Amino acid sequence: MKELKIFGIVAAFTLILYWGVEPFAHSQMHKHVEGDDLKYSDLKPLTVKGDAKRGESLAMACIGCHSIDVKNMPAPMDAVAAAQSFGVNPPDLSLAGKLLDEKFFAHFLLNPAEVTKSKHFAMPPSASSEQDAADIVAYFKSIAPKEVTPKEGYVFACGRCHANRYDKWTQIGDVPKTKSNIKTGVDLDALEFKKKLGTYQNKLADYMGKLPPDLSIIYRARSEHFLETFIEDPQSQLPGTAMPRVGLNHEGLEKVMAYLESTGDPSKPKREAIGPKVLGFFVIFAFLAFLWKKSIWKGHH
Amino acid sequence: MANNKKGRRDFMGMVLGGYTALGGLGALYAMKRTWDPLPSVKAAGFTTLNIDDYKENELVVEKWRGKPVFVLRQSPATIEKLKKEKPEDLKRLIKVGDAHFTICVGLCTHLGCIPAFRPETQDFLCACHGGVYDITAEVTKAPPPRGLDIPPFRIDGKKIVLGEKGPEYEKMLADGITMPV
Amino acid sequence: MAHFDENARPFSHQWLNERLAIDTLKRVLSTEYWIPKNINFLWAMGMVLAATFGLLLVSGIFLLMYYQPNTELAFDSVNYTIMTEVGYGWLWRHIHGVGASVVFLVIYIHMFTGIYYGSYKRGRELIWLSGMLLFVTFSAEAFSGYMLPWGQMSYWAGMVITNLFSGGSLHADALVEWIRGDYVPGQAFLNRFFMLHVLLLPLVIIGLIVLHFGTLRIPHVNNQEGEELDFEKEAALYKEGKIRESKVIPFNPVFLSKDVFVLGIYFIFFFYLVFYHFEFAMDPVNFDPADPLKTPPHIYPEWYFLWSYEILRPFPTDPGLVAFGIAQVIFFLLPFLDKSPNVAPAHKRGLFKYWFWALLIDMIVLTFMGKLPPEGIWSVIGLIAAIFFFVLWIALPIITKKEKKL
Repeated sequence: MKELKIFGIVAAFTLILYWGVEPFAHSQMHKHVEGDDLKYSDLKPLTVKGDAKRGESLAMACIGCHSIDVKNMPAPMDAVAAAQSFGVNPPDLSLAGKLLDEKFFAHFLLNPAEVTKSKHFAMPPSASSEQDAADIVAYFKSIAPKEVTPKEGYVFACGRCHANRYDKWTQIGDVPKTKSNIKTGVDLDALEFKKKLGTYQNKLADYMGKLPPDLSIIYRARSEHFLETFIEDPQSQLPGTAMPRVGLNHEGLEKVMAYLESTGDPSKPKREAIGPKVLGFFVIFAFLAFLWKKSIWKGHH
Repeated sequence: MANNKKGRRDFMGMVLGGYTALGGLGALYAMKRTWDPLPSVKAAGFTTLNIDDYKENELVVEKWRGKPVFVLRQSPATIEKLKKEKPEDLKRLIKVGDAHFTICVGLCTHLGCIPAFRPETQDFLCACHGGVYDITAEVTKAPPPRGLDIPPFRIDGKKIVLGEKGPEYEKMLADGITMPV
Repeated sequence: MAHFDENARPFSHQWLNERLAIDTLKRVLSTEYWIPKNINFLWAMGMVLAATFGLLLVSGIFLLMYYQPNTELAFDSVNYTIMTEVGYGWLWRHIHGVGASVVFLVIYIHMFTGIYYGSYKRGRELIWLSGMLLFVTFSAEAFSGYMLPWGQMSYWAGMVITNLFSGGSLHADALVEWIRGDYVPGQAFLNRFFMLHVLLLPLVIIGLIVLHFGTLRIPHVNNQEGEELDFEKEAALYKEGKIRESKVIPFNPVFLSKDVFVLGIYFIFFFYLVFYHFEFAMDPVNFDPADPLKTPPHIYPEWYFLWSYEILRPFPTDPGLVAFGIAQVIFFLLPFLDKSPNVAPAHKRGLFKYWFWALLIDMIVLTFMGKLPPEGIWSVIGLIAAIFFFVLWIALPIITKKEKKL
């Protein structure tokens, strides 16, 4: 019994220590930001219903800058040329209707700079009335594919500014497989790609103020809560940041987070599979050790 | 230690020891896995050859899985000669359309040195221990136990992908022309 | 002159005995290495530490197989190669990271056990001193290891801690550059701390562990009441079969069986942390790659250094460094500052009882404040706690001198 009392004291001090240096210290260091559950409450609800048919013809204006892969409509420029014109490569719009919040998307078309909270946003207002905006949104909802992979979600929402080197993703696409010259070891195709990427990144850094960070392992560098509230509204966590509000809906956020987890914390499934086995092993070990101790100490007290 | 308890002590001690050894085996398995080649090493184990890049009778050394791979496009004259003198060796050649290739890992099957191609005698000589291979890399003089190994390959139009196993390669394996590398 | 029986079968018991004296070794080191019976589970912390050191060593070996001590490659070799590609690489890393943190928890428990029961007093000073040397070397080992992933915390901890050696207004900048091998922590710095972490310091630690065990052999382990035992008499009793009356037990198997049981409980806790609660030991900020042009908004050492960090922080540079320097060595002086001849648990020692708990709580307060931002009330509490720390150590000889002899 005396041992249990001593154990209780040791455990209590350990827990107090833990509470002080972890939960308490972090609660004091980082201000808590309450999310809005992706409601985008600052934007007025839409008053009109969109008409996808009408939206289709309005959306033809988009392909002046954007591609729509699901409709086999290519972009007018490649990523590097686009960055040279706009500072960043405009996204392919195939997934816009699926991953963006409907209300956000419509308001975004009316006034991109204000809605993204990003002063120098490259895209000009692209709908002249709420009805037009709602129609375009309805059109993109109608053409969106049923299934989206986490990576596609990431590429659409983040991938043109943020690389992910652990998945070999760059702002202008996957790192291509190239081959070096067997005699000299020089890989011209790889150098060519590096040059293109460098040109793109320089333009992007000019546009954003700095090169947006690689997100390979951001999942472990920031808490899940931070990432979710930051993606929902970057200004809430980092006032003054150049990152625009992207306006993801729940599905969009889920895809992005799943992708970040897959590159940032890939061992999670393995941990979860092996953890219970290892703990079970040591529970039985401790039990057997207890029996051994009991048999050895017999007659000592 | 009073002797009357010894039996039981030993029993529990042995149970605990045996159980611990079991856990040790699990740890050893994890350690073994840590020594395994990395997935990126394994994924990098593919090399694509474009057959138009190779001229007849000119040996090119490519790299596959970090090993040198000999690629030698045989001339029609060589093929004719082989048909007459060593028809068995024809089985060692990889046919892509009309072209015949000798493709093999350029490491001597004796102890792993790189044999040198001798255009004048149309054979390969391994300088380390004097092994000689003919133009299809079949061994003609000991100590090498067998001809140079043919890497797994798959023919894809005008391309040969090293590292993937196509039906032609499977057949070579089945016929005992080469050993798995 | 040794006698070697020519008929002894090679590797038989007799053959080995003649060459290695295995029976004597076994007797001296295990079956007749006497431990007091009146002990509790805190006496198993030495074994727990040895086991944790073993886990750190084994996991470290496997990390070493893939780690690249290069400022360009280090971060990704840890976070990509080891965490993603290497089979069970993540397991070694989590064991290593959690082990490095938990080992200090156990060291502190071990130390405060020693302080509470007076296990540093007459006859046992060298146990305490060799233990303190181990503590300092473990601290250096932890710090050098913290550099290796080359994240933001690695870099800026390297910057700040090496700057301590400039000696404040002494401006020994040349010394700082000499330690770094560069003007800032760079390639030379990473390489030499890698060497320290994987070779020199582990060698020193292993040597000190042997010394620490050696210092125990003659004074023997203390017991719960601080009672001075006649080990020869008690051992004779035990060997006669009077195991109930004897106040001692042999290390093997009696003490060992208790150690192993405590180890079992400890491993449940340890691996729970490894699989489900490792974040506390792997600071998120260190998952941002080192950036020499940007300091993270909050920097703080790992929790086990916080109390001494907080002794540095509330003072101006020079007094702060002096205070920090004293805090690093003051525990070495414990056997000499405690003037009381009593070897007894703190609860029987009058004022010392309060001194013990005051020290423990003060260090916990310092630890809390060391992590909090140095602003407002936290700075004030930190300053008071730091001053109180020194007051306690000044008071120690006075209150122990007055202590009544038991």
